[in-house]
Amino acid sequence: MTMHSGRGFAAINYPIGMNLGGDPSQALVHSNPDGKFMVTLSSIDLGQGMKSVTRQIAAEALGIPVEDVYVDTADSDTGPHCMGSFASRGTHRVGNAVIAAATEARGVMLDAAAEELEVNPEDLETDGRGNIHVKGAPSRSITSAEACGAAQFKQGKTVSGRGIFLIPTSDVNPETGEMTPVSCFAHAALVVDIEVDDETGEVLVKDMQSAYEVGRALNPKLVEQQLIGGAWMGMSHALYETTEPHYPERDNGPVDFNEYLMPGPGNVVPHHISVLERPAPDAPFGGKGPGEMCANPVLPAMANAVYNAVGVRVDELPITPEKILRGIKANGGARPQGRPGQH
Amino acid sequence: MIEFRKDLFADERDDNLNEVGQPTRRQDILGHVTGRSPFFDDHQFDGLTHLKCVRSPHHRARIRHVDTSAAERMPGVHRVLTERDIPVNRNTLLALINFGKDDEPVLASGQVNYVGDPVVAVIADTERQARDACAAVRVDYEVLPHVLDPEEALLPDAPVVNETYPNNSFDYHEKYDHQKLRFGDVQSAFATADKIVEARYQMSPIEHAPTETNGCIAVAETNDRIACYTSTQALFFSLGTVAKVLDISTARLHFVGGTVGGGFGGKVDTVVEPLAILGCLLTGRPVRFVYDRQEEMQVSSPRGAERWYIKDGVMNDGRIVAREFRGYFDGGAYTRLSSYAVIKGTAHLPGPYTIPNVSSNVYGVYTNRTPASAMRGFGITGVDFAIECQMDRVAEAVGMDPVELRLLNAYRDGDMKAHRREAKNCALIECMQVAAEKSGWAISDEFKKLSSLSGGGGERAIIPHTVTDEHGKIGSSRAPGNTIPGSGYQPAAAPSLAAAASTTYTAAPAASPMPASAPAPTHAPVSSQPPATQAPPSRTPVRPGASSAPGGTVNADSATRPATPPPSAPASRPATSARPRNNNRFSSLFGTRRR
Repeated sequence: MTMHSGRGFAAINYPIGMNLGGDPSQALVHSNPDGKFMVTLSSIDLGQGMKSVTRQIAAEALGIPVEDVYVDTADSDTGPHCMGSFASRGTHRVGNAVIAAATEARGVMLDAAAEELEVNPEDLETDGRGNIHVKGAPSRSITSAEACGAAQFKQGKTVSGRGIFLIPTSDVNPETGEMTPVSCFAHAALVVDIEVDDETGEVLVKDMQSAYEVGRALNPKLVEQQLIGGAWMGMSHALYETTEPHYPERDNGPVDFNEYLMPGPGNVVPHHISVLERPAPDAPFGGKGPGEMCANPVLPAMANAVYNAVGVRVDELPITPEKILRGIKANGGARPQGRPGQH
Repeated sequence: MIEFRKDLFADERDDNLNEVGQPTRRQDILGHVTGRSPFFDDHQFDGLTHLKCVRSPHHRARIRHVDTSAAERMPGVHRVLTERDIPVNRNTLLALINFGKDDEPVLASGQVNYVGDPVVAVIADTERQARDACAAVRVDYEVLPHVLDPEEALLPDAPVVNETYPNNSFDYHEKYDHQKLRFGDVQSAFATADKIVEARYQMSPIEHAPTETNGCIAVAETNDRIACYTSTQALFFSLGTVAKVLDISTARLHFVGGTVGGGFGGKVDTVVEPLAILGCLLTGRPVRFVYDRQEEMQVSSPRGAERWYIKDGVMNDGRIVAREFRGYFDGGAYTRLSSYAVIKGTAHLPGPYTIPNVSSNVYGVYTNRTPASAMRGFGITGVDFAIECQMDRVAEAVGMDPVELRLLNAYRDGDMKAHRREAKNCALIECMQVAAEKSGWAISDEFKKLSSLSGGGGERAIIPHTVTDEHGKIGSSRAPGNTIPGSGYQPAAAPSLAAAASTTYTAAPAASPMPASAPAPTHAPVSSQPPATQAPPSRTPVRPGASSAPGGTVNADSATRPATPPPSAPASRPATSARPRNNNRFSSLFGTRRR
């Protein structure tokens, strides 16, 4: 038995939002008289942090502290229409709708503040800490709560806003495939280091080093959570998972987690992530959705690492010990390719 | 563990924001970590009933007779539902955006088309009673031939999986049995390429494996409305689907979602809500329909299988001058969202690289297996696996470092993509540079200096003269005598393909070892595949009286088009160096030239 080291690389890009557009999302924003804002959506938080990201986007666009914003979502009686949480569309589509709604609500809030301060609304700015003041004269100020209270009880204004984001549906040319699929792309590159046991065919993942470009990390902790989890899923897809282990035959399909294999907590490997941020022009504060794409580079990088380790190309996922061993056998033994990138 | 490279693209970013960019704690995290966040199944109702389905044990069978009389007399049973109870028993998810034909029944009507296809639904006081009653339903099946391999499904004699699409493939633009992508002239470029690299890739179905399985609870509200607490990922999508198949006003539906116990794309299909709501309407009782783990694993739609054939033409200096794809999305028995994945996948080709000649035919195929649907990376994950394995093969074929090969071919701002839109906001090169640097993967200085912001556009932005064809019209691949799955026309020089296509894929070795000591490839295809699984050597249509030479190009309207200009490097260009030198500028049209 020999353990062979292998290193593999892959790079990808990923389209953000529903392909061909035509997938609107709406947002409503309104304030109570105490300056607390509610963002109302029907989008679904799958655990990815949709509610938190839209909350931060709303606070930024309103110019008030995040503590003064709450996001309510996923009730068809109260939330305005949204296509749903898929296709990496949440941050991009819903985020843009929230910016539109929050911008309109901010305008009313500044109008109300201007009336109280007896200035032009164009001369006002927010400090992000709950105050609205005259540009260059911070002492001439009013809190956002006071402005919203005046709007409600003195001026008869609704501090509210409506937002929708829609990319019109693109046609597809039947002859050439010409189309406008999406408006922005996320990017990634990843190096994986593994060891392959030439007796059992098992792959031991040692380490991952990656660079993910996400437009803007709207919440760096949520980005980290997504990238770590997504890369783990990519590792799992590469080496373990399938509902049909003998595809296209359907026999021996797993029916529970005893049979459906996935790496356990002990298989979580060190993952050194670099986040790059090149803001997308039409994305909310430039942020692209990192959720889907982060798994994708791991699968081919793993296959390339296996080849590097033992000289076997496994072109059918998942890369099981059986496939690796059959390949080693067909080659008459393991054929390590040597560590790449050493010139 | 994580670093933020604020030094890169800094001048394109305003980092002076108040809330965006902060690691703010999630609004809902305390509920999640203390077990107090309400999921759909945390809603409790008096008189809750449970729904379970009788499912097909066969890949494909005609239903001769269904006898539910014994089940209806079982203890605790409130109602047994069959296809006759479904007001509009035919739907397709993307009908909501006018894409595709209604092809999937809520409960099987006359025929089952995959193992797990629901036939009868039983509503009872307890799950156990519902299961026992399901076991008492008698279904008389006449087992029919089935097809599981997507390429076999496109052969003329394959059983029809889905009567709405009798050719076993989704209809594109009411014209073709696949989605085409045509950019430039791959055949001419192959003829002038230094090397051809071909391979076949495949991804088996993958389960979303959420902690919380697909499920919902439907309960009557006042005012003749129904509330549905659901795990859906797409609230209004699901609401609209239910209104359609139950033929009721959306005003009568109140959907409540929210916290979802893992989605990953597997909760867009709206498979539980229609039956639960119908059950509630018919019994007046709250109805809970939740997949058990076995159903989640084998009946709920997985990430569908994909099979890809890639053929690259590459110059000795590493420039890929032509890339051709043939792809199959195995959609299973019904369309769901696979038709969409085909187009999304097509738009993604040829990957994040600027290649001057690209062609692809991508098929959405029906087979007698669990319908596939969306999953994280939908339409992209499988082909990215193929493309990025292929890039390593190409690098080996030309003796180049795989990272440098990718950097050489990477797309940049201003380049023209194969779907004819200009690339912008690119960052692939920078990601590769950062990953290589941090992992100690040495790349040459010239590649360290590359940038997504420069060197793109110009000649790389030109849409080349493009060869088109009209092969693969709807129904043509199933025409008698056709032997290349999906091709719609006969092979010129591959007489053994018919037999191979029906036998090779199931019998192929699980791994495709490539000898490490293989000699440097020449014009021979670099492929570890058995010959029968390679892309057809020729796609020339057989015309009566016409001789079709192997390697000929397909160009149905060649008579009406001007001759194709040379798409790739001139033959006079020396191809002695395996690696481009400093100051060389990659030109997609005229090869590498000195600045």
